[in-house]
Amino acid sequence: MAELKLFRTWSSPFALRVVWALNLKGIQYDTIFEDLSNKSSLLLQYNPIYKKVPVLVHNGKPLVESLLILEYIDETWKQTPLLPEDPSERATARFWAKFGDDKVMLSVWNVFIKQGKDQEEAIVTAQENLGFIERQLSGKKFFNGETIGFVDLAFGWLANLLSIWEEICGVTLIDHEKFPMLSEWIQNFAGAPIIKESWPPRDKLITKNQALLEVYTSKEAPK
Amino acid sequence: MAHEVVLLDFWPSMFGMRVRVALAEKGIKYEYKEEDLRNKSPLLLKMNPIHKKIPVLIHNGKPVCESLIIVQYIDEVWNDKSPLLPSDPDQRAHARFWADFIEQKVYDTAKKIWATKGEEQEAAKKEFIETFKILEEELGEKPFFGGETFGFVDIALITFYSWFYTYETFGNFSIEAECPKIIAWAKRCMQKESVANSLPDQKKIYDFTVWMKKYFGMD
Repeated sequence: MAELKLFRTWSSPFALRVVWALNLKGIQYDTIFEDLSNKSSLLLQYNPIYKKVPVLVHNGKPLVESLLILEYIDETWKQTPLLPEDPSERATARFWAKFGDDKVMLSVWNVFIKQGKDQEEAIVTAQENLGFIERQLSGKKFFNGETIGFVDLAFGWLANLLSIWEEICGVTLIDHEKFPMLSEWIQNFAGAPIIKESWPPRDKLITKNQALLEVYTSKEAPK
Repeated sequence: MAHEVVLLDFWPSMFGMRVRVALAEKGIKYEYKEEDLRNKSPLLLKMNPIHKKIPVLIHNGKPVCESLIIVQYIDEVWNDKSPLLPSDPDQRAHARFWADFIEQKVYDTAKKIWATKGEEQEAAKKEFIETFKILEEELGEKPFFGGETFGFVDIALITFYSWFYTYETFGNFSIEAECPKIIAWAKRCMQKESVANSLPDQKKIYDFTVWMKKYFGMD
């Protein structure tokens, strides 16, 4: 019997990707919740280089970095494939996931931690990036087509964290008029049962992100 | 034409070199197009509208961007010879991890060695050496990161070798003194035609960097 353990925190959007992938494929696993202010010796042993979550341990062997974990899961458990079969489509999926992590996430976060003119500029950059994603959706229900796939999981944070940041800061980044497809994708993704049942509690997320935003906003404020 | 392969590239780019090595490993014929990054071609802007960067592989008219994504694509399409990634999921995950580590840790630090001075440069040198010591440990006694055969991780890292003389000269240090196994590994890789033919001469890269610093007023 394969032994599968997932080290995560209750709120990490990166760990959630792995939760979703395992749940979509119907794979059983044990969860170990970590306190990042007091990391377990097991976590440090399994991820000595980055010391982060998520870590998936399969038969004693650790996998780290959420998108790489997703690739491993997809190659090891073939049901409900996350990546397309065609190499060109696979390359495209990997490209968008990387774009999301390298550029989109930070550009969106910047909108909520900056103020004044800096914030205005941040909004322009973020919306430019979101525009690329909007066009990539081009009428599809999910980035993967009719079913949730790799790119949808990679952008999952947009379907939850974004509305929390928008609520805390009173700034709307994705409005229905400017981003109709992305708005609809958010509804479809957030509403899918497998996804919905694993969202962390919203009130806890609001409290946590409020504190986080305060810390980062004060770092950004002009001295 | 049934199969058409075009590479949009820039000769000193260690990212472009990765694709050159992968194509050479597989024996794929392709058209190499040199880009002037100060005056990007309409083709580049059309094929990579988001980042507007090289390398871009164009295969049967469709673009593939991001060097490590391109290398994986090449491996998946031309899967009849010279596998670049192992077939076992565990080993593939291991290879992807180390390629990703190289992606996260090497470029920005290395750039600071030739692009900055003083404390910033010293900190970059320190981090560079730390990173390569970790890589040296991962290499261990294996001839290549892939084990007995040259593969994905070797491709991800070897292209930085063409920039070593530049780092050492601007940084005033010896990579061989700090990480002898890495240099031994690099020389082993350079014995392969696919690598030797894809990497520019180290002095040429250095001259280019000197010119670039002057041109962009970075001196």
